[in-house]
Amino acid sequence: MKSLNKFNLTVTSNSANESFIRSAVSAFIAQLDPTIEELSDIKTAVSEAATNCIVHAYKDTIGKIFITCEIFENRTITVKVRDRGCGIENIKQAMEPLFTTGGSERAGLGFAVMESFMDKLYVKSKVGVGTTVLLKKKLSVRI
Amino acid sequence: MSVRTESNERVLTVYLDGEIDHHTAKGMREVIDKSINELMPEVLVLDFKDVTFMDSSGIGLVMGRYKELKKCGGELHIINTTPHITKVMKLSGIERLAKLGKAEK
Ligand SMILES: Nc1ncnc2c1ncn2[C@@H]1O[C@H](COP(=O)(O)OP(=O)(O)OP(=O)(O)O)[C@@H](O)[C@H]1O
Ligand SMILES: [Mg+2]
Repeated sequence: MKSLNKFNLTVTSNSANESFIRSAVSAFIAQLDPTIEELSDIKTAVSEAATNCIVHAYKDTIGKIFITCEIFENRTITVKVRDRGCGIENIKQAMEPLFTTGGSERAGLGFAVMESFMDKLYVKSKVGVGTTVLLKKKLSVRI
Repeated sequence: MSVRTESNERVLTVYLDGEIDHHTAKGMREVIDKSINELMPEVLVLDFKDVTFMDSSGIGLVMGRYKELKKCGGELHIINTTPHITKVMKLSGIERLAKLGKAEK
């Protein structure tokens, strides 16, 4: 796959940055003229990944969130969201719908949203080292 | 983000506005729970007409309020969801617990 365009963004894990992160990705993707639904889907998935860094990875601390957004040929986009936080012990369990370690205000549906709103979701994690989430979606062809 | 509430004896209506994510949900939760505890409504109506974005933090917000309401035996109605919000809601199976629909009359 040939890369056509790319940006990197490093942000502090303040919850106020959740909207900034999804807006940045959305503004970058706009050059492909996505449908409103595609844009909402991507924004929502990115918001899930970024929020997980803030809520879980850096639960009692503040750390850095590394975002890489890339546009490939064939209208394929990827968004990588990486943290150097606590890591996930059991990825399979974490990805099960409704599983949460976040208490009563969390639905445990972040990964379910990422999975259903994007074409592909890859999760790599190591306890004490951090987590990388890669989201991928091919946009429809606009006539 | 803003929250406006309106109530009569039985029904508490909450008009949500703006983007619902983990950052904004906390403030919304505080306003809604305060009203629930004060009014003990039979019905809580959450109006999503002016909500422009929502992720799973919004589902957590709705589910959490459903549990609060259960304590006083109230029921939950979710109205005026846009296609994006409906899509996120559907993932949660919330429609089995709450009534989803348009505004009444
Ligand atoms: N970046 C991360 N670092 C550490 N743990 C994580 C990370 N992302 C997810 N997790 C773990 O995976 C679980 C499931 O994540 P998911 O996003 O599906 O649900 P949630 O964040 O708990 O709730 P919701 O997203 O619905 O608010 C989390 O509760 C947490 O234990
Ligand atoms: Mg989450």
